[in-house]
Amino acid sequence: MKVIVNIQLKNGVLDPQGKAVHHALASLKFNEVGDVRIGKQIILDIAESDKESAQKRVQIMCEELLANTIIENYTIEFPAC
Amino acid sequence: MLVAVAVFPGTNCEIDTKYAFEKLGQEVVLVFHKEEKLPLGTDLVVLPGGFSYGDYLRSAAIAKFSPIMKAVIEFANQGGKVLGICNGFQMLVEARLLPGAMKRNENVHFISQFHHLKVIANDNTFLQKCSMNELLNVPIAHGEGSFYIDDAGLKELYANHQVLLTYTDDKGNIQNPNGSVDSIAGICNKAKNVFGLMPHPERAIEKILGSDDGVKMLQGFLN
Repeated sequence: MKVIVNIQLKNGVLDPQGKAVHHALASLKFNEVGDVRIGKQIILDIAESDKESAQKRVQIMCEELLANTIIENYTIEFPAC
Repeated sequence: MLVAVAVFPGTNCEIDTKYAFEKLGQEVVLVFHKEEKLPLGTDLVVLPGGFSYGDYLRSAAIAKFSPIMKAVIEFANQGGKVLGICNGFQMLVEARLLPGAMKRNENVHFISQFHHLKVIANDNTFLQKCSMNELLNVPIAHGEGSFYIDDAGLKELYANHQVLLTYTDDKGNIQNPNGSVDSIAGICNKAKNVFGLMPHPERAIEKILGSDDGVKMLQGFLN
């Protein structure tokens, strides 16, 4: 099954990439943009049919490797396919 | 003294580091990341600079799981001295041997230049040869060197004299190149046997190349 992990810098942790892109959008006259935050998306293909145990395994992957939980939050999604 | 310098795929400062410690009269062994043990009698482990595993995912995120890192973590936990320079510093925070985390530089640029550092604590092995508030001129070269730690963690660092170096101008005033919390350039752990810094003391060992301020830093480890 496919599992999508989204990783974002925590609120309050400055996102310099988001800031740079925000600035570029403003210079292109997209003045309606109030804030930009940039994250990472990791798409996993897992040999597992039980959603609950997949959730548990992916959570461990996030804690151990995929996210640095000092500065990043993560969410785990199961896309409908 | 026997210095073990760990080499990962993408490490590029191992030869400079070896050269620097050999110039100081020490025996240096390069240790490949697939090794599971450090050489017998290792006195100091250096995790050198570079781009281990291409900086994929996050700087040093993958290096921390290399076989040699298990041995390095064990060595550190037993009180062995470990120095992480640049990418090596990133490995130490990723492996949680040092507190905090490393982020992209605030200006999003890779910065490569000489920068002044101020000695904030010298009651430790690494900077014992330096004076308090002494200014050192040492190269920095990194894209993800913005040190982050929360307020509680920062307080603890100061309380235990774990903040070693800050980025300043040549007069000693704060000049923060990368957005690090409190302009911090280097820290150590509470037990003061694990040291990490973004600047490269091993690139500042000869006046002809701009500065030899790195010599007295590295000399701190010599017995």
